[in-house]
Amino acid sequence: MKLFRFSSPATFYPLAGKLIPLFWVLTALALAIGFYWGFFETPDRLGGTNPQKEYYRIIFIHVPAAWMSMWLYLMLAVWSAIGLVFNTRLSFMMAQATAPTGALFTFVALYTGSFWGHPSWGTWWDWDPRLTSELILFFLYVGYIALHSAIDDPRRGDKASALLAIVGLVMLPLIFWSINCPDPNQCAALHQRSGLSQMEGNILFAMLTMTFGLWMYSFAATLTRLRSLILEREGDSAWARDLLERER
Amino acid sequence: MLEVADLACQRGDRLLFSGLSFSLEAGTLLHVRGHNGSGKTTLLRTLCGLLTPDAGDIFWNGEQVRRLGEDFHRDTLYFGHLNGIKSDLTAIENLRVAAILDGDQAPEADILDALEEMGLAGFEDLPTKVLSQGQKKRVALARLLLSRAPLWILDEPFTALDVDAVDRLQLLIAEHVAQEGLVILTTHQEVPLTSGQIRRLHLGVPPDADPGSAGLAATAVGGQP
Amino acid sequence: MWQVFRCILGRDLRLAMRRRTEVLTTLFFFVIVISLFPLGVGTEKQILRILGPGVVWVAALLASMLALERLFAADHEDGTLEQMLMTPQPLSLVVLAKVTAHWLLTGLPLVAMAPLMGMQYHLPDTALVAMVLALLLGTPVLSLIGAIGAALTLGLRGGGILLSLLILPLYIPVLVYGSRAVTVSALDFAETLPYFSLLGAFLLLALVLSPLAAAAALRIASE
Repeated sequence: MKLFRFSSPATFYPLAGKLIPLFWVLTALALAIGFYWGFFETPDRLGGTNPQKEYYRIIFIHVPAAWMSMWLYLMLAVWSAIGLVFNTRLSFMMAQATAPTGALFTFVALYTGSFWGHPSWGTWWDWDPRLTSELILFFLYVGYIALHSAIDDPRRGDKASALLAIVGLVMLPLIFWSINCPDPNQCAALHQRSGLSQMEGNILFAMLTMTFGLWMYSFAATLTRLRSLILEREGDSAWARDLLERER
Repeated sequence: MLEVADLACQRGDRLLFSGLSFSLEAGTLLHVRGHNGSGKTTLLRTLCGLLTPDAGDIFWNGEQVRRLGEDFHRDTLYFGHLNGIKSDLTAIENLRVAAILDGDQAPEADILDALEEMGLAGFEDLPTKVLSQGQKKRVALARLLLSRAPLWILDEPFTALDVDAVDRLQLLIAEHVAQEGLVILTTHQEVPLTSGQIRRLHLGVPPDADPGSAGLAATAVGGQP
Repeated sequence: MWQVFRCILGRDLRLAMRRRTEVLTTLFFFVIVISLFPLGVGTEKQILRILGPGVVWVAALLASMLALERLFAADHEDGTLEQMLMTPQPLSLVVLAKVTAHWLLTGLPLVAMAPLMGMQYHLPDTALVAMVLALLLGTPVLSLIGAIGAALTLGLRGGGILLSLLILPLYIPVLVYGSRAVTVSALDFAETLPYFSLLGAFLLLALVLSPLAAAAALRIASE
């Protein structure tokens, strides 16, 4: 089985080592383009019913971070499920390595959200359904990380937190929906409702480039973390000792 | 009946044993030995299906234990370090719950008989918290009398028992083996058999062996008629 | 199968009857938390009426979560849980029986006590009825979801705090619709139907899924 060849930590470790620089380069490129476009090629105010001045540019961080935080939670749950089904150590480690990056993005989205909220709504925090959902997602990430670190036996920790991630994923739609529509007959009005199609091309381009940059960053950061996790867990195995010997 | 192929287990970072293979026929007593921390309990719990092995397979009547699931549990009786009895319930209540959970329709009379057999006549209706350590153990061991499971997995069943109870338990085990049962146990006690065979499994390196090879789990199954 | 369910249910109820304090502590925790709020926010009728539904529900959430910590812990400590894992019975059935017993002991008393608590907050009679109904549908969901967390944190140091971190976010849908149902019922009782339908749907979902998840978590925890 060729596919499963890389599911062994011994073969994945060197592969990840080769991939990480590539992802860093892509991150740097995408973020450079995204920042340039976001600052210089986009209009200096956002039109619509509630025009916003320069500060609207925070969406180039805020929105991609929020998107990535949700995407990474999905990945976390998928890796967890793969781990539980096939009992592959590497999938669990992948999930474990993803969690801090995901939590970081939820935090960034919340932080920048409050900076956006202050000038436009006049308050640092508002119970906007999207912000609240992001906050709950942050709690789920924190719960995952806390459970994993509370369990000493790595195997039990892997499996228990994997199960938690899956339960969380099942519950997330219900949670988001209940926050968005506390009245089942009509859903709450969001502060800004905008579809991708209504957005100006330049703004969209900058936002997507930034998203790509953050995505590549997630790969780079996760793989780096994964490599140290592999070393930590498999440090005693023969291949790891060989490898460390050679690198020295 | 029970077959173990290339089994490996680790706890935390430590490899307890690997490449462990043996197969046991009906009417066998497997005596697992080894110094403290050599993985006796881990092996027993793995055989029960409470732990997943890191490598290898366990077969019961030719089928993988992991696939059999609850059907395997029907054929197994596990007796661990903890007695598994509730201290707020009486001996009878404890055994009644255990019997129903095991899927046996144990009538009240059988339960009373089993308790009497274990030398607990007169203590049936007391909450087990007032019983002594050894008596609690006897309550738990009364399950052996009620169960119809062919495979018994007993982890240190003799500790805390007095001489009298030890004799009784030895007899019980010998009877079970004689009736084509299979017993796997860890103990420092010898169990004389009336029929059937004893096999021994030594886990880990004996304490007096070369310390340089420690960490390696050398295992050997010695057959003895 | 029914016999096994009844056996575990009976066992847990009997155990609780021989050790009544655990049941009573949960109930009193519920009462105290609710009674503290008026001391903190002031006793103005108008404010209390608005806060009431939410406060009662949050207190129910906390009380149910505190009680859940012990759901499997006692059985884990004396080895009976291990025996249950080794029985030929489906583990999810055992879990369901234990959760049912647990709800009867800690959830149902809260439901019975809730109207009294509502009166402290000057809620109208219709709201009290709605509160009992909503809690009746909602608290079993709390116990069922919480069982997963209780199984995951079994035997861990600081398990109780950790349990709250894992489980409270998952309680949000029940909290939102449960307390809204009470608020809405104060205006027009007929409007509460969609809320009760939703809570009922949650209950059915939780009844099916959570015993399976909790059973899986117990197997993981016993490794």
